[in-house]
Amino acid sequence: MNFSWMAWTLPTALFFITIALLLVSMAVWEYVSPGGNPRVGILRFETTRGDRLFVSLLGSAFIHLAWLGLGGPNLWWALALSVVYAVGVFRYV
Amino acid sequence: MEKTWNNKAWFMVLPVLVLVAFSAVIPLMTVVNYSVQDTFGNNEFFWAGTDWYVDVLTSDRFWDALTRNLIFSAIILAIEIPLGIIIALNMPKKGLGVPVCLVLMALPLLIPWNVVGTIWQVFGRVDIGLLGRTLEALGINYNYVQNPIDAWVTLIVMDVWHWTSLVVLLCYAGLVSIPDAYYQAAKIDGASRWSVFRYIQLPKMKRVLLIAFLLRFMDSFMIYTEPFVVTGGGPGNSTTFLSIDLVKMAIGQFDLGPAAALSIIYFLIILLLSWIFYTVMTTSDAQS
Repeated sequence: MNFSWMAWTLPTALFFITIALLLVSMAVWEYVSPGGNPRVGILRFETTRGDRLFVSLLGSAFIHLAWLGLGGPNLWWALALSVVYAVGVFRYV
Repeated sequence: MEKTWNNKAWFMVLPVLVLVAFSAVIPLMTVVNYSVQDTFGNNEFFWAGTDWYVDVLTSDRFWDALTRNLIFSAIILAIEIPLGIIIALNMPKKGLGVPVCLVLMALPLLIPWNVVGTIWQVFGRVDIGLLGRTLEALGINYNYVQNPIDAWVTLIVMDVWHWTSLVVLLCYAGLVSIPDAYYQAAKIDGASRWSVFRYIQLPKMKRVLLIAFLLRFMDSFMIYTEPFVVTGGGPGNSTTFLSIDLVKMAIGQFDLGPAAALSIIYFLIILLLSWIFYTVMTTSDAQS
């Protein structure tokens, strides 16, 4: 099957593989510890660990966009900031 | 919580997963791939990195279109929600008037977007349109083809005409579900018309109003067909919303890389807003 029309590149393939691995990890986590670990965090509404992953990924996307718009094309600092943000979300949200 | 004891249910969702993969995930992956490359056709691509994202995010064109989108949605909500409530409050609750009003309210919703655009495009024309000629006869200088304010007024009035009915029908559904006992109690207490609305009708309409708010915001934020048919984004760029700009970029200019980057940014904005509204809605439900 020819997928050249999808215009794959190594960086984008790595990006989607990372997302897929995150989803698989969440599925394994859910299998090991079912229920989604719902709790009310600093945002004052209930979130499961799936919600927290979604908030982390969406927030990270906006951190990267803000960095591109304000800082420039070098995204390593944006990536580091996103990891810190995701840890914060999983810890406090 | 107990472990899931029957995993067969997971196989039931497989067809949906396959459908979503073909209709959403694979196209989205392709758009992401396009957004970091440049192409001149013939299935040949050149690596561009994050250049298109930087171009889009630092361009006035993007921010102007986004601002127009947000202003348009704010105006639409400010008009359609109160107007929908007022009309729903004044609709008959029993008798022959009920089906007549419901059918009249449902009619604009049944008309396809491009037909609505065509109706208003002709209706507003100064040379042959009823609205345009009437306004001209009244001495009002109206021309939506040349004047940006006239173009905006035309689009807003058209959207109000097309979609206020949805708010009306949702509010009406909320109103008719209120038991008579509430009104009888209010009458015994000597409550004013305003008190009945503030303390009985409005709280009972809260959920449907939230749905109406969500639907109208998302629809107006992603509006494309009607303004494209009526004004084509003009005069100048005065009614060029993000969706129109995106199509101009992708199809008009064949700039697939920047258009893909803009698509991803647009998608992320809609995803964020949808999540915020969904969270507000579900949190509100849980509280009530």
